[in-house]
Amino acid sequence: MNRSLHPGLAAVAGLLACLVLGTASAAGAGGGLHDAANNDIGNLPSLQRGAGNFVNYCMGCHSAKYVRYNQLVRDLQIPEELVVKNLMFAAVKPTETMEIAMHPEDAQRWFGLMPPDLSLIARSKGPDYLYNFLRSFYLDPSRFTGVNNLNLPGASMPHVLAELQGTQQAIFREAEVNGTVQHVFDRFEQVTPGTMTAAEYDEFVRDTVNFLDYIGEPVKQKRQSLGILVMAFLLVFLVLAWLLKREVWRDVR
Amino acid sequence: MSAVRGGTAGGSRGGRFAQFIDWVDERFPLTAMMKEHVTEYYAAKNFNAWYVFGVLALLVLILQVVTGIYLTMSYKPSAEDAFASVEYIMRDVEWGWLIRYMHSTGASAFFIVVYLHMFRALMYGSYKSPRELLWIIGMLIYVALMAQAFTGYLLPWGQMSYWGAQVIVSLFGAVPVVGDALVEWIRGDYFISDITLNRFFALHVIAVPLALMILAVVHILALHTTGSLNPDGIEIKKYKGPDGIPLDGVAFHPFHTAKDLVAIIVFAIAFCAVIFFAPEMGGYFLEHANFEPANMLKTPEHIAPVWYFTPFYAILRAVPSKGWGAFLMAMAIVFLFLLPWLDRCKVKSIRYRGWTYKVALAVFVVSFLALGFLGLKPASTGYVYAARFFGVLYFAFFLLMPWYTAREKTKPVPERVVYHGHH
Repeated sequence: MNRSLHPGLAAVAGLLACLVLGTASAAGAGGGLHDAANNDIGNLPSLQRGAGNFVNYCMGCHSAKYVRYNQLVRDLQIPEELVVKNLMFAAVKPTETMEIAMHPEDAQRWFGLMPPDLSLIARSKGPDYLYNFLRSFYLDPSRFTGVNNLNLPGASMPHVLAELQGTQQAIFREAEVNGTVQHVFDRFEQVTPGTMTAAEYDEFVRDTVNFLDYIGEPVKQKRQSLGILVMAFLLVFLVLAWLLKREVWRDVR
Repeated sequence: MSAVRGGTAGGSRGGRFAQFIDWVDERFPLTAMMKEHVTEYYAAKNFNAWYVFGVLALLVLILQVVTGIYLTMSYKPSAEDAFASVEYIMRDVEWGWLIRYMHSTGASAFFIVVYLHMFRALMYGSYKSPRELLWIIGMLIYVALMAQAFTGYLLPWGQMSYWGAQVIVSLFGAVPVVGDALVEWIRGDYFISDITLNRFFALHVIAVPLALMILAVVHILALHTTGSLNPDGIEIKKYKGPDGIPLDGVAFHPFHTAKDLVAIIVFAIAFCAVIFFAPEMGGYFLEHANFEPANMLKTPEHIAPVWYFTPFYAILRAVPSKGWGAFLMAMAIVFLFLLPWLDRCKVKSIRYRGWTYKVALAVFVVSFLALGFLGLKPASTGYVYAARFFGVLYFAFFLLMPWYTAREKTKPVPERVVYHGHH
């Protein structure tokens, strides 16, 4: 029996070797911000603030067309009157989804593309990416928006949140990457102040990203809490099945 | 009551139920089938944990069929609506998210149990005479499973659905002479379009599953003709008691079913852990880029198939010419079909085989896993060379097999299975 497991063990060792090899070579990538969003979809006040941020700052251009307003009433525990009064600028009934009025042709003319729907952006890009993206706009006169983004160079999105964050300049330094000298990001320098401090702005972005994370999969929290019950049931079932198996096999010699 | 008492084993208790069974048995061999395949199908008592994956594969097949039927009730197979209908299932359909995650996790689980099931066969020689047909039917199931996974992956109409299909369909262009025509015939269009999605839907919900179900039944019939092998690689039919029952066999039910139930629950725990706590499995079961709708004008930076195809994808990319790459990719699967004839060793189980086969099998498994890992990575020079190295090892396992198995120094095989009873 032991002998027969050898190929399996060798296989595991081989896979581990590959993983080590892979992580070692993946670590070289640089540039941009790489902070963790540290958002928590269990934090209701953060999600409620995030919903407000999203409606006020993002929904001018971005839809969340798979998300219904009344889902926010249920999941984020925002009273329906408040949702209707403060969040539903572009809809009549709470059963409607978070659509926007911008025409794709207009968007094409203004930005070169239709700003993407954000229902699933946190699932395709990840909350960390969004958290860094919204914090890494910098002044770049060569762009038609006047800004560029470290995490998405050449982004067509203007710095909608500049009023809050202020404007910043990216300082690059020369460094040797894989044997060639390249410009790598060093730090940001504030140019004009915004209405928020850096810490307040980070919090603002975190709430917004938290909301995006939530709308990516509204059922996530329910799924996880249900999962614990399912696991508990299966473990009890496992014990019973094990006892049954032992009983059935008792007399087999 | 003056009714005639049943004469069958099930009818010894008499009563209305037994009468009903008698009535059925006169018209359909129900009791005979139950005996042949369940209560009087004898399999070796020394099965170890490697022998649960066949039952688990059957379980996953049923799970996929049932969840698939429910998904079909809300899914819309059109380029316009497909992506949105999946999100509708995830958000608005009652328990739709659970059914969808069961189905998407089931796809990966199917490959995991099938790969382990195949590895079991490689270890204990389950493909050897008289089980060559059983092995070939199993390989046909594996090929059908790949077709099922491939057609199914297009249906959510995400970026990876689209571009993954683009890459795989274009491989058929490597077929000499008729390649381009073949690709057009598969797509039904000049590019992957609504038409392609529709026909893949038809293949995924009826054609391939039907083939899979029939093949699974044929696989079990072949298994029950030869009998199951065991970790010692001994035919238990050689030693039968006066009642004609193999001395080392125990009935499938209740003995193996009781064991399998434990295995099923252990599997369910792992399966539910993924569904409830990591349905994307870090992007390996549900790729992140597939949460973006298909966009035929925007090629993703990095196109990777789902993990279960990556060993073959790595072989494809390791060869500079697309034609030869596709050919070798196909050969990587064809060689598996030929195993019963490539392996010349008379001893079945790895327990009694020589060191050469043990080393060869270990090298094969490591190569397969390494290729799978490399297929997930971008095709940088280092990775391509590594894929070539492991690709050569992968094929060496098959090509050199007639030689290293012919002169293997085997150990004596015991007459009866090794089994230490329970205490």
